Amino acid sequence: MQTAHSPIWPGVLGRFTWHDLPFVRAWENPTASEMIGAAAASLVIIGFVVTVTLLTRHRAWGRLLEWVTSLDHKKIGIMYVVIALVMLSRALVEAVLMRMQQAAAVGDPGFLSSDHFSQLFSTHGSIMIFFMAMPFLTGVINYVMPLQIGARDMAFPWANSVALSLTGGGAILMMVSLVIGKFSTGGWSGYPPYTGLAFSPDVGPDYWIWAVTLGSIGSTLSGINIACTIFKFRAPGMTYMRMPLFCWTSLCTSILMIFAMPPLTVATALLALDRYLGFHFFTNDLGGNMMNYANLFWLFGHPEVYILILPAFGIYSEVVSTFSSKELYGYVSLVLATMAIAVLSFTVWLHHFFTMGQSANINAVFGIATMTIGVPTGVKIYDWIWTMFRGEVRFTVPMLYSLAFMITFVIGGFTGIILAIPPLDYVFHNTLFLVAHFHNMLIPGLLYGLLAGYTYWFPKAFGFRLNERWGRIAFGCWVAGFYLAFMPLYVLGASGMARRTHEIFQPDFRPWLYVAGFGALVLLAALAALIVQLVVSIRERDANRVFAGDPWDGRGLEWSTSAPPPEYNFAVIPHVDGRDPFYDGKRKDGYYQRHVAYGAIEMPRNSISGVVIGLGATAASFGLVWHMWWLAGLSMQLVLSALIARSFVRGSHRTISAAEVTATEHRWHAALDADRPTPRACELSQRNTGLAEIPA
Amino acid sequence: MSERRRETLTYLVGYALALVLTLGAFAAVKWPIAAAGTTLAIILALALVQVIVQFRCFLHISLSRSSRHDLLLVLFASLIVTLMVSGTLVILFNLRDRMM
Amino acid sequence: MTQPSLRHAGINLGGTQEDPNADAESGIFGFWMFLMSDAVIFALLFAIYGTAVAATAGGPTPRSEFKLDSALIETLLLLTSSLTVGMGVLAMKYDATRRPVFAWMGVTLALGIAFLFMEWHDFSTMFSHGAYPTRSAFLSSFFALVPLHGLHVLAGCIWMLVMGAQVLAYGFDTRVKINILRLSLFWHFLDVIWIAILTVVYLQGHVS
Repeated sequence: MQTAHSPIWPGVLGRFTWHDLPFVRAWENPTASEMIGAAAASLVIIGFVVTVTLLTRHRAWGRLLEWVTSLDHKKIGIMYVVIALVMLSRALVEAVLMRMQQAAAVGDPGFLSSDHFSQLFSTHGSIMIFFMAMPFLTGVINYVMPLQIGARDMAFPWANSVALSLTGGGAILMMVSLVIGKFSTGGWSGYPPYTGLAFSPDVGPDYWIWAVTLGSIGSTLSGINIACTIFKFRAPGMTYMRMPLFCWTSLCTSILMIFAMPPLTVATALLALDRYLGFHFFTNDLGGNMMNYANLFWLFGHPEVYILILPAFGIYSEVVSTFSSKELYGYVSLVLATMAIAVLSFTVWLHHFFTMGQSANINAVFGIATMTIGVPTGVKIYDWIWTMFRGEVRFTVPMLYSLAFMITFVIGGFTGIILAIPPLDYVFHNTLFLVAHFHNMLIPGLLYGLLAGYTYWFPKAFGFRLNERWGRIAFGCWVAGFYLAFMPLYVLGASGMARRTHEIFQPDFRPWLYVAGFGALVLLAALAALIVQLVVSIRERDANRVFAGDPWDGRGLEWSTSAPPPEYNFAVIPHVDGRDPFYDGKRKDGYYQRHVAYGAIEMPRNSISGVVIGLGATAASFGLVWHMWWLAGLSMQLVLSALIARSFVRGSHRTISAAEVTATEHRWHAALDADRPTPRACELSQRNTGLAEIPA
Repeated sequence: MSERRRETLTYLVGYALALVLTLGAFAAVKWPIAAAGTTLAIILALALVQVIVQFRCFLHISLSRSSRHDLLLVLFASLIVTLMVSGTLVILFNLRDRMM
Repeated sequence: MTQPSLRHAGINLGGTQEDPNADAESGIFGFWMFLMSDAVIFALLFAIYGTAVAATAGGPTPRSEFKLDSALIETLLLLTSSLTVGMGVLAMKYDATRRPVFAWMGVTLALGIAFLFMEWHDFSTMFSHGAYPTRSAFLSSFFALVPLHGLHVLAGCIWMLVMGAQVLAYGFDTRVKINILRLSLFWHFLDVIWIAILTVVYLQGHVS
């Protein structure tokens, strides 16, 4: 007899049953938990329908296609950031739900089922790392780095597009898991044997495996692309020691991506072999050893932390220097510290599993290595402080994020030192203390940094400044929300409350959980303020235009173009003779040199093949999740065919004619001539049209 | 000597060396002259030498200036691979010993 | 003794071309990074193999399953194909005519396919003894490592056919040349990986 639990049409739909739809589950079992699941699924569907309707109503499909097939590093960068912000919204709402559940679940089952709660912490972590943080930083690097080194595009524009669509595909898979089936309950690290076939036969871990694998392949590609661009595409005169610090941190991050994503790919691939073909890597029987998985996962996991944090360090270096109107203090030490962090990050992975049972000597070695990493990081903090010292500091939104970061990150660093001591780790392991610690590192060390970068470079990318007032409100909420939400978790963790707890039986924890829950709401308000800021800024865009391109009296080459920059970035590739080429250049008078005529420029044409490969890989993953073997097979073939077909394409570049370049450049120069220079003190007013006044 | 001959010679020398090293390793296993541990060390050393020979003769990694970037990349990759593989083996063997 | 200076990363693109091609340089360098990333994948599978080689769970052991003779033949096939692919690249560089390039690449392809057949034969022999990857962690790790190398060789063979079609369609234009250089790097790299497999898997299995 056909029930909701038996596959409907196994040959075509694989193991899909009606019960895999959250609406059916909510109908059969109308609890709050199932209703929330159904509501989330409806949100995804409504969001999709609204997007499609709007695109159709505004006849914008052509423009969308123009964007997604673009190989322009600037458009790709912006699309990465859009993915990141959408996913940030989802994962933050999930965090709020978890905090509400824990606040409600003291001596009470709360309103979420334990299975639903487990899905929430799994998706929250997976999304925040793989589909918020990674796309956000990749997007910012993509946008800014080529402009900073004086390049017209990335080394491999097409691979850039493929990487974007693979990451986007992973994000799509995450969203689909809300509507069809369920997500993993095994946490963002997906430890077997729990995520193996014996304990989780459902589709959840498969969604996790394939979404993460798509993201990790995309990141490897991005890493290769970024590193190659920095190695080979720097403007003449830009030696390594003249690169802006953001480029240095991008370089180190990309090298970490190249070498640290493979362990993740191996871990997820072997887990997939266990689940799909009955291999015995991480099973409990026939010689399998799950400790291999923990080891593999953290071989990736620890460098990943620095993949996430290093770009933010670079952004802070740019922001602090610009808004202190001072040369970056200790440039060489910052570069060396970045490199030291990158190498050391490969030597500490064991501190994520001190309690696994290896000997105390091994723990001691890794504990000491862990503490060593604190040294170069400390060097950086001092360098930023010294950059501000006796500078003319302007407390703009990016600068406020930088200051909040410096204080908050140091607190997180201290608790990190506590956790790096193996005997103490035995006490704090798997408690909320750990959760508080890594949020204390990643929120200031990643989110604040990327938000600072977003606010700082937004005028460059879109040609108008973001609203300052709403920016400050968002900043205030992000900082207050962080302290309210996570400081209580230190207390709870030190009192022994385990992480990922669905139901709490210790009434003493209640007040702290209330404070943390309130903090989560403040963080949600921060997100809302960020959205309001964007909407308000778009409405007021005409009053805040900075077409001339240099609203903050910037230092690097990225400020020497119009805002937004032309497709080709630089009509004439600049020649670099110092660390702050634009800042020094405009003071020597004559950076804005108008040429009578410009040459033609070759830029890559749009290509649909990147999107085809990304969507094909997504469809293949979906087929694998649901055991729809025909879909997986066909999609793989599609991916392979697109790859081969692309290798046959010739004439993948189009020429922007000399006349067009000349017209574009002359329009910009005309605006520059008409603009009144803005003194720094007025940079937040509508007087700021993007031409900085040079103080005498 | 023309450039082509020199390059061909590089390949041929590499091929010959690789053959000798491979056959040597086979012989060391097929007709063992030393204890198992020593034999294992010998074949691992021969493999390491052969990898270096192939990188030099087939993949053209050398100390010359024009392949400096590649050399650095390969050396960095070797460092990372060494860290990961040796770390994994030390940790997992230690765990196994403690569980036996 | 002074080394002949190589203009491009890895392999000289063309002695006849005067201007060093920036595309070629970054294209080859980017491919090197991909190879190193791939090398990390193999290295980790080697490490896993090392931790699992004793976990035979009472099933087949390395000594009972690995045949030294066929491993030797496979090694010779791959090693020789590494030489012939190099000769093919030299022919592309100096002759720039299709015939010698096709000849060398054809030999390489034939050797690659022969290798794959040998390997498939080895696997099916193992299967006939009941040595399936599902039998034990040792066999799981063997069947993750060695067939992955085989899949790489298969990908290289397909790539070679694609490049053949492109040479017919476009002759030796810059992109074809860069891709043939990448292909040769890939092929040499697979030979290096095979040396490690031969030593760590096959030879080690027979060291008593």
